[in-house]
Amino acid sequence: MAIIQIADVTKVFAARGRGEAPSAALDGVSLDIERGDVFGIIGYSGAGKSTLVRLINALEKPTSGSVHVNDVEVSALRESQLREVRLGIGMVFQQFNLFNSRTVWGNIEYPLKVAGVPKEQHQARISELLHFVGLVDQAHAYPDQLSGGQKQRVGIARALATSPAILLADEATSALDPETTREVLALLKRVNEEFGVTIVVITHEMEVIRSIAHKVAVMENGRIVETGDVFDIFAAPQAEATKRFVSTIVTSVPEGAALEVLRSKHPGRIVTFSFADGNTSQSAVFLTLGEAKVGFELVYGGINEVQARTFGHLTLALTGTDDAIDSALASIRSVATVTEVK
Amino acid sequence: MDRLIELLPDFWAATGETLYIVGLAMLFGGLAGLLLGLGLYVTRRGSILDNRWVFGTLNFVVNTFRPIPFIIFIAAVQPLARVVVGTGIGNNALTFGLALAATFAISRIVEQNLLTVQPGVIEAARSVGAGPLRIITTILLPEALGPLILGYTFIFVAVTDMSAVAGLIGGGGLGNFAIQYGYRLFNPAVTWAAVILIIVLIQVVQLVGNRLARAVMRR
Repeated sequence: MAIIQIADVTKVFAARGRGEAPSAALDGVSLDIERGDVFGIIGYSGAGKSTLVRLINALEKPTSGSVHVNDVEVSALRESQLREVRLGIGMVFQQFNLFNSRTVWGNIEYPLKVAGVPKEQHQARISELLHFVGLVDQAHAYPDQLSGGQKQRVGIARALATSPAILLADEATSALDPETTREVLALLKRVNEEFGVTIVVITHEMEVIRSIAHKVAVMENGRIVETGDVFDIFAAPQAEATKRFVSTIVTSVPEGAALEVLRSKHPGRIVTFSFADGNTSQSAVFLTLGEAKVGFELVYGGINEVQARTFGHLTLALTGTDDAIDSALASIRSVATVTEVK
Repeated sequence: MDRLIELLPDFWAATGETLYIVGLAMLFGGLAGLLLGLGLYVTRRGSILDNRWVFGTLNFVVNTFRPIPFIIFIAAVQPLARVVVGTGIGNNALTFGLALAATFAISRIVEQNLLTVQPGVIEAARSVGAGPLRIITTILLPEALGPLILGYTFIFVAVTDMSAVAGLIGGGGLGNFAIQYGYRLFNPAVTWAAVILIIVLIQVVQLVGNRLARAVMRR
């Protein structure tokens, strides 16, 4: 049973002013997220992903459709009934959204107060969280005295204070530099692995998806255009939007300027071989080419690792007679995906 | 100068009256303005108790009464003062009028300062399950406290300024003292004595306000 079930949801925001049309942020979205997963939702800004994630803790209500969390239809609850639900769902934000009038300690304590946790239990829980995020020394600092990475770690500690089963991360690393991004992603990964927290990650960066997500949904114009295991999406993206995202960190079939450079250097035939682990062997490809007396040179592409599995796209410039090349390619097609680059 | 020394008991009495009038007006106007300002903030579009009818009504009321020049306002609210404080003249009627005028001014100051609190911070409080009342008292007001203190200091100065029209409805205080015994009786020394004391009073209040705000904002 999926812990989060989003069924055929639409969300229309009322027109902001006279003469403006109401805008649809979500347009028939269905999504199931399993317990214990790290589920990534990727899309450009305006794709509707922030609205989608806010349906889960009911910060937004859908215009139609339903949202169930732990079999409770949160989209049907009134604001006053949502306290219980929200205590079970932590949220971290791009801009951290810490309470500036409270210390690090006070920020982490706030959800405990809202939850009505007895005061004598606060100390133990807060120091446990401070140790977990590595901010013991900053307990009595105010947010404006912290770096971005430290602020986000406070945000994560605050979101985890009431031991929620679900953590929503809304562009949690988008305001951070690459090094800090890695630290925060590693922390989120530990949250998932050590506490079994289901994490929903919203991002526009494919690197974030590759680092921590198990499954991913790609959003465009308020719709989910593709969803699946992260490895499958990386190895064989189907939708156009997905291909664009994957291409930001994976070089596949050369296109555009890269292709022109290759063409000018290699007048012969250029072919891309795509591999996904488990079902192909690169050596079979190279062996076949060698046996057919086809010369080859690796000119583009690479091998990638996602979730400890490898896949890659190798582009070779081939030399030899057309007949030899054609017959070699024909037999290779049974073990790898072959794309002749025009 | 001799005349001033002669008037000294009246001068101190007038100072006491000013503190009484302005203090009470700030107390009642401050509280009412805080509530009205909160009302404006929480009912505006997209806020925690979004309600366009309540917001529209409050907004209309504030916009209607706030621009009325105080010298006219104080005369116009005399009937209401008779109902609430039992008299249309004197210090109590003046205090009532000042408190009412301050309410409208303060409500805008409060609304503006609350709007500087990042919406994301409010959203973070909602996301951990806090309800509207808890958000107002434990997040919204503490987050905006520094600017609010400065806003109230600003209004204190404005109320002291407005209190000078007291004579119009038979009220007292330093402003009235300066007009009555200084201006009307051609005694600049008396006028200046009152002016200097008002300046000192306002400097002290501004200094305290700045210090408090700085302590709260930690900068």
